[in-house]
Amino acid sequence: MLIGRFTERPYQDPESGYFGATGRAIQDLSISNAEYDPRLGADLYNRYLDEQVAAEEAGFDAVMLNEHHSTPFCMGGTVNTEAAILARITDKVKIVLNGNVLPIWDDPLWLAEELATIDMISRGRLVTGWVRGTGRESIAHNAPPPFNWERFQEAHDFIIKAWTDDGPFRWEGEHYDYRYVNPWMKPYQTPHPQIMIPGVVSKNTVKWAAEHRYPYLMLSTRLEPTKLSFDYYREVAKENGYEAGPQHIGYLFKVHVEETEELAYEVGKKFLDGPGNIFLEGSRGTASPVLQNLPGLTDRKNLLPTGQVGFVAASRGRDVSDVAPAEAEAKDGAVPKPAGAPAMQADYDTQLENLTIIAGTPDSVIPKIRHVLETLRPGTIFFWDGDGAMTHEDSMRSLKLMGSDVLPAVRDIAAELDLPSSFEVNTMTNEPMPQLEEAGAAGGD
Amino acid sequence: MTTETAIASQRRVIPVAGLDLHLREGGDGPPIVILHRSTGTLGWDTLEKKLAERFRVISPDLPGFGESERPDWAREPRDIALLVARMLERLELTDITLVGLGFGGFVAAELATANEERLKSLVLVGAAGIKPREGEIVDQMLIEHGIYVRQGLNDEADYEARFGSELHADIKDIWEFSRIMTARVSWSPYMFSRRLAPLLSEVKAPSLVVWGENDRIIPRDSGQQYVEGLSDARLEVVSGAGHIVEWDAPEQLAELIAAQAAG
Repeated sequence: MLIGRFTERPYQDPESGYFGATGRAIQDLSISNAEYDPRLGADLYNRYLDEQVAAEEAGFDAVMLNEHHSTPFCMGGTVNTEAAILARITDKVKIVLNGNVLPIWDDPLWLAEELATIDMISRGRLVTGWVRGTGRESIAHNAPPPFNWERFQEAHDFIIKAWTDDGPFRWEGEHYDYRYVNPWMKPYQTPHPQIMIPGVVSKNTVKWAAEHRYPYLMLSTRLEPTKLSFDYYREVAKENGYEAGPQHIGYLFKVHVEETEELAYEVGKKFLDGPGNIFLEGSRGTASPVLQNLPGLTDRKNLLPTGQVGFVAASRGRDVSDVAPAEAEAKDGAVPKPAGAPAMQADYDTQLENLTIIAGTPDSVIPKIRHVLETLRPGTIFFWDGDGAMTHEDSMRSLKLMGSDVLPAVRDIAAELDLPSSFEVNTMTNEPMPQLEEAGAAGGD
Repeated sequence: MTTETAIASQRRVIPVAGLDLHLREGGDGPPIVILHRSTGTLGWDTLEKKLAERFRVISPDLPGFGESERPDWAREPRDIALLVARMLERLELTDITLVGLGFGGFVAAELATANEERLKSLVLVGAAGIKPREGEIVDQMLIEHGIYVRQGLNDEADYEARFGSELHADIKDIWEFSRIMTARVSWSPYMFSRRLAPLLSEVKAPSLVVWGENDRIIPRDSGQQYVEGLSDARLEVVSGAGHIVEWDAPEQLAELIAAQAAG
């Protein structure tokens, strides 16, 4: 099993209502950066980098970064910059990007170059992940949503070719043209870094990932719909003549650990506080119905079970059980209202119950993680921690306990349940991979 | 909303460049071709009916809108204009009064700059296509459909009169579907082309530029630039109308178009 740590790196401003606030609405693309303080940004970027280093020291196999644009809930607008720094200041952890928003790159060769550079500086520790992005990303970088899926696929094909074929060559695609592709850099790993595909909504993407035998990572979705989505992956795998195993499946979920249950309960609540991801269940913010529904961005008839419920519920501040699939489209002109503090409390308890959030002492958390692993059988997991309104101190306490208690126990469980990661079993061949210490041996296809 | 019409319309399909392009036509007389907005067309409406009393009115679903097949390769309104021009050729129409509403005006202007042989005159109604020197064209991509259409009206209260308090799912579908094609050809730059204005002086056809007095979607300066750029054009401002002149003042617009077509 590969165990990683993740945080969205929220922009926490103690001076503003975003930090620890329960009443202030954060709606998608509704906040002016007039309120952005670069001194605070400097503190936060450095804090989050320090925490990634601490995660390595605690024994995590990987640290994961994500990318969003023009939003306070994630500071990863130039995630490759953070990854490049981590490549230099960490020694062992895999640096997982989940992921670069492919369709918004007008020049994907530049992205291929950046990623190859990160892979070299880290001596082969990059795991690259590619996403289609939300409406926010298309708007923020002005990428045409009707061509989002086409651009995703073409940029993918192009980058793989730029990494694996000797140059120079010419590329004349539907969306990208190059007269001279010959980057003076190559990924350290052969033939290229492993590719992981994260998602929550699009069925197309699961199908595509399964067709390419790329591990698919579900992002903090409820267990039942997540299981259905993985079933769909396995189904597509069968149609493509192979058996999908734990090595093809990844899951990100919220875990926070403290010395006492009381403290864990209180600090865990901060997942839902502060500028949390508005697309995820229990968020205090609201997604814009317009941005969710940009023209041609997503085929709405082609959503996963999680897409039909979780993300819409999050956008409306309602419990998933209230939301019928038919309601998946936001009502005409309706701007969802943020839920008040009492609703948040109820929401939090519900999430603790359905394991969307796991918070507790190591003793109470480990059996819950076991349940998740037994239910989904992923070979790769990421603990999502230190987010929302959590402070550096909150993060560090949890990291320490994860290192001393949780990680060793979870490794034992994974071994018992036989959950190999995509670095133990090759997702392309389903053959065991040589477990070498040196980097460079564990590339993708 | 609309009343029963004396002049019936019928649908036709014209194949162009491997695409089935649909149009609706009705009435007899000199031809008037009406190109619809980015929100698509909701059918044979008051403007068409009025004009069909005296003219042969042809209202195509622009390629990629309504029932007309989508040209996957189209990337700008000029591509749409080329297909519409071929459609008019296939129909063997001459002395056309070409009317463009909003985005349709953008397409009409592109068509006229490419070839105006078949045109008798041009009518641009709140037409997109030119970047205003002051102000900005309202970006529908950031606005929910109903709110966008409301902003297009002189009096927002008319929206409910027209669509009721709950928008019919079919109309919402049309708006959502239309926006996809709009985004495919006009995502960036939004609703104008830097390559259109320099060609306008080549258009010799008498042109009428119509603007709603209370247009809150496209600044009137865009219309003013059309008037300055086209070689024979005048501006007509319709009082009591917003951007969607054919809904706010259909009779008055029909009169303006008829006069232009007869002139």
